[in-house]
Amino acid sequence: MPTKSLQARKNLLSDPQEQLKYLSNGIFGSGELPLFREKIAATGDLPLKPKKLEILQLNLGYMCNQVCSHCHVDAGPDRKEIMTRETMQLCLEVIRKSGAHTLDLTGGAPEMNPNFRWFVEEASKAGIQDFIVRSNLTIIVANKKYYDLPEFFKKHNVHVVSSLPFYKKEKTDRQRGNGVFDKSIQALKMLNAVGYGREGSGLKLDLVYNPAGAFLPANQQALERDFKKALTADFDIDFNELFCITNLPISRFLEYLIASENYEDYMTALVEAFNPAAVQNAMCTNTVSVSWDGWLYDCDFNQMLGLKVNSKVQHLKDFEPEFLQNREICISQHCYGCTAGAGSSCQGSVT
Amino acid sequence: MMSKTYYDPADLKKFGSISEWNEKLGSKFFEYYNSVFEEGALTAREKSLIALAVSHVVQCPYCIDAYTKDGLERGIEKEEMMEAVHVGAAIKGGATLVHGVQMMNKYNKLSM
Ligand code: SF4
Ligand code: SF4
Repeated sequence: MPTKSLQARKNLLSDPQEQLKYLSNGIFGSGELPLFREKIAATGDLPLKPKKLEILQLNLGYMCNQVCSHCHVDAGPDRKEIMTRETMQLCLEVIRKSGAHTLDLTGGAPEMNPNFRWFVEEASKAGIQDFIVRSNLTIIVANKKYYDLPEFFKKHNVHVVSSLPFYKKEKTDRQRGNGVFDKSIQALKMLNAVGYGREGSGLKLDLVYNPAGAFLPANQQALERDFKKALTADFDIDFNELFCITNLPISRFLEYLIASENYEDYMTALVEAFNPAAVQNAMCTNTVSVSWDGWLYDCDFNQMLGLKVNSKVQHLKDFEPEFLQNREICISQHCYGCTAGAGSSCQGSVT
Repeated sequence: MMSKTYYDPADLKKFGSISEWNEKLGSKFFEYYNSVFEEGALTAREKSLIALAVSHVVQCPYCIDAYTKDGLERGIEKEEMMEAVHVGAAIKGGATLVHGVQMMNKYNKLSM
């Protein structure tokens, strides 16, 4: 369990270039496994192009109260990258211009951004259909100043999407840190108390599951059934949907794969589970991801790999939907994580 | 080159290649295998636990690797996995011991 980000530990993998190199050498360099490019060329999906822009995902900063071992953001308390109010102003303009129906705020812990509440208030006026905040749950109980977050979310009709790796303490704590499970349960109860996840409230609370180790997630419906059964029976907790997300081999999860000598087997499992039907539904086909400093990416993963959109327009300040529409999506071997099995996106399975 | 051990974890991935030497029977087997593990009267989760227990009873290292991973993917917990192994062990132990009755029968028959 890391206690600091790769960046603070000055780990080689904190450099995106090193990660990309790693993903192109070894079993991929030797040709033992096909490159993602070759794989999707064979199914006629190359070049990979976006469809209509539907989701704008804004990363409000890499600071987080947790240091999860699988974190693809390399987030943690030691990360200082935070979106400024000026950049948020640009985001508000783009939200209106983009025509996206979903706004998705993520981080780090987006709530730790000092302008978070101001921004949510402003953005909720923009007439977005689905306004998502990705909350790690523990932030809600981390400090008194966050205790009223459930009420705040409710007031702005925010759709809360929260990660809970498992419905049992042990696996959750191993991935996310000691005590995380109990705090998450406490936060879920607070969300339920104001109506989130309860039938008829209209307040959506979805949970995100991602495997606590070097294996792929199984069927989303079956896991949702198990989560619901366990959380209702053990804690009387309700939620709406469970999204299963595959861990992508980047950042701290890549570090873990290499250190535990699971990298090759994991990549082989991803390649073997390649599902052509998931390619055209990968989230980069309907999402644009914006970093804390306003750069544009095909997805949050490409953001962490430093792969800016391949377009004339690369920054919020020049945002023009038409330019982005014709771009070619940047891909590498990490993309196998999105196309394995039922596929994986921030909205869970895609097929 | 022949490997120096009887079992190589990498061979599990090559399981499908048994069809190369007998396409008809190989594909029949895999088709049957896949149907067996579909959700039916038993859930796929229950079947995975049965498979794990049987893997131990037949002591197949490939199957143990495969169904431990399958269990993890399905959210099966280690307590459940270990209980399943004990079920297998109990049946195997019981099967040994119940033959003790046969031994007793034979002993009694041959003894004055
Ligand atoms: S996975 Fe989420 S909660 Fe965990 S460190 Fe990363 S951003 Fe924070
Ligand atoms: S990581 Fe996934 S979402 Fe991002 S570009 Fe690759 S396939 Fe698309």
